[in-house]
Amino acid sequence: MRVWQYQDNVNTDMLFPGKYTYTCSTAEEVKPHLLEDLDPSFSKGVQAGDIILAGRNFGCGSSREQPVLGLAAVGLSAVVAHSFARIFYRAAINQGLLLVECPEAVAAYKAGDSVELDALKGTIKVGGREYRFPSLPPEILAIRDAGGLLPFTLAELSRSRSK
Amino acid sequence: MGRTFAEKVLARAAGKTEARAGEILFVRPAHLLTHDNTSAIIGKIGQELDRYGLVSKELPVIVLDHVIPANNEKTATGHKKVRDFARKHELPHFFDVGEGICHQVVVERGLARPGTIVVGSDSHTCSYGAVGCFGTGIDRTEAAALYLTGKTWLKVPESIRVDLSGSFTPGVGAKDLILTLIGKISAEGANYQSVEFHGPALASLSIEDRFTIANMGVEMGAKVAVFPVDDVARKYLSSVGLNDGSYEAVWADSDATYARRIEMRLEEVEPVLALPHTVDNVAPVTKHLGMKIDQCLLGTCTNGRLSDLEVAAGVLTGKRVHPRTRLLVLPASRSIYLAASRAGLLDQLVAAGALVLPPGCGPCLGAHQGILAPGEKCLATSNRNFKGRMGCNTAEIILASPATVAAAALAGEIVDPREAMKR
Repeated sequence: MRVWQYQDNVNTDMLFPGKYTYTCSTAEEVKPHLLEDLDPSFSKGVQAGDIILAGRNFGCGSSREQPVLGLAAVGLSAVVAHSFARIFYRAAINQGLLLVECPEAVAAYKAGDSVELDALKGTIKVGGREYRFPSLPPEILAIRDAGGLLPFTLAELSRSRSK
Repeated sequence: MGRTFAEKVLARAAGKTEARAGEILFVRPAHLLTHDNTSAIIGKIGQELDRYGLVSKELPVIVLDHVIPANNEKTATGHKKVRDFARKHELPHFFDVGEGICHQVVVERGLARPGTIVVGSDSHTCSYGAVGCFGTGIDRTEAAALYLTGKTWLKVPESIRVDLSGSFTPGVGAKDLILTLIGKISAEGANYQSVEFHGPALASLSIEDRFTIANMGVEMGAKVAVFPVDDVARKYLSSVGLNDGSYEAVWADSDATYARRIEMRLEEVEPVLALPHTVDNVAPVTKHLGMKIDQCLLGTCTNGRLSDLEVAAGVLTGKRVHPRTRLLVLPASRSIYLAASRAGLLDQLVAAGALVLPPGCGPCLGAHQGILAPGEKCLATSNRNFKGRMGCNTAEIILASPATVAAAALAGEIVDPREAMKR
């Protein structure tokens, strides 16, 4: 997996500048501005299957789901970080984007190391060493596995209506 | 075994007798706050709203505040879509442009009831902890789902107990206190946690002080930052139409279990700054005296209340903003704007050279009204100093109290507000 590595406290303004929040809402509108103020090469270079490795408190700041929409839409495998801010964490579940809290894996990574992530097994391999990460609680996993909160909610509404 | 505020509120909202930190509960919030982003939210569920209907007219609170008045056709179209939605569904809690910043409006209109849950598609929804309400931020997609179902999940957070004692020295206030706390525990120091404020100093903290502190809870990662409903809170709540009988306040038991305890003595707090580009990059004002400032921003949902404008007018009345700098003033709501106008504060600030903006989010999120140029420095009473936040990624934002900002506006550079207030 190709790795994009970032520091601690990557906030929502770095992930998607606030000046676009009321002009860009859809994933297609968001994509060209992803990580614009953090790493201008990201939006041009990112490919499906890539992974972000980051430090503490990834996604802190605003309730801004556009970066999550955009990262899910480019097909990012996961964001692996030391820790995440809570609204970003919820937003990722709601869009079906995998976030992995694994400080050991982040600390172990050195530029050039190979990284392999197995979401089902809950493991991440960094430079040959394997680290485990816990699964989400079942009630939350159900949301992510449905492809996000809206598909989950609509399926639930449709079931309750057909009863 | 005692329970924390969060354990009690969430258990009640979930219809359970008790809950413990770590549990996941499904709850029905009393209200869902959304703002200009309502147009994007309803855009996700247009057909579903027609098919299943809006779950309740009481649930939505919508306040247009982020980019007001509209700065371009796209924003204007978004606002129109929100107005049409509010009218179609005859929503009782819709507030159009000019009423104020959403968080101020929610509290002023008595919609943040003690002991209830209010979620909002805005991170500063944690402000409602000022009046004992469990306010917390969510995203747009979750807001869309709530319009259809009225329910969502919340993990019962662990809690941090902060005990406050003593009293502030002159020229020091609530903003210095919360920035000092964030500097101490870091921008993720309260991640996923509820922060409760206790202690004898509470009696001397006004609702406005508490609002400033609770507002910045999210800047240390907190899910909620909350104060007890004491005499100060009850008096304020009755002034916004909520008398004792209209809510059931909740507070932690004295033997509740906390993940961490912190003690702060107010007289030990000094004027501080949050330097670029993280809110926990906190340093005493006295370490940065003489730093030149291009723009001063006084106001926002953090510090745009009457007492904040009074402090600034106290420093600036009869004087002039330094020619090197410009001062933008952003009252947090129409009622504050009006009260400040009637009290003569706006006259005094404008005469001193201030530019008064409409009661909205203004330049805080970098969409309009006071965007910075490359290399400029803005000293602001707002809550975030992230790189690029005010529309330019090579400008710098420094956070401070209203007293520090007003003093800097006068001097054109950072000075000690304690000295400026003596003059």
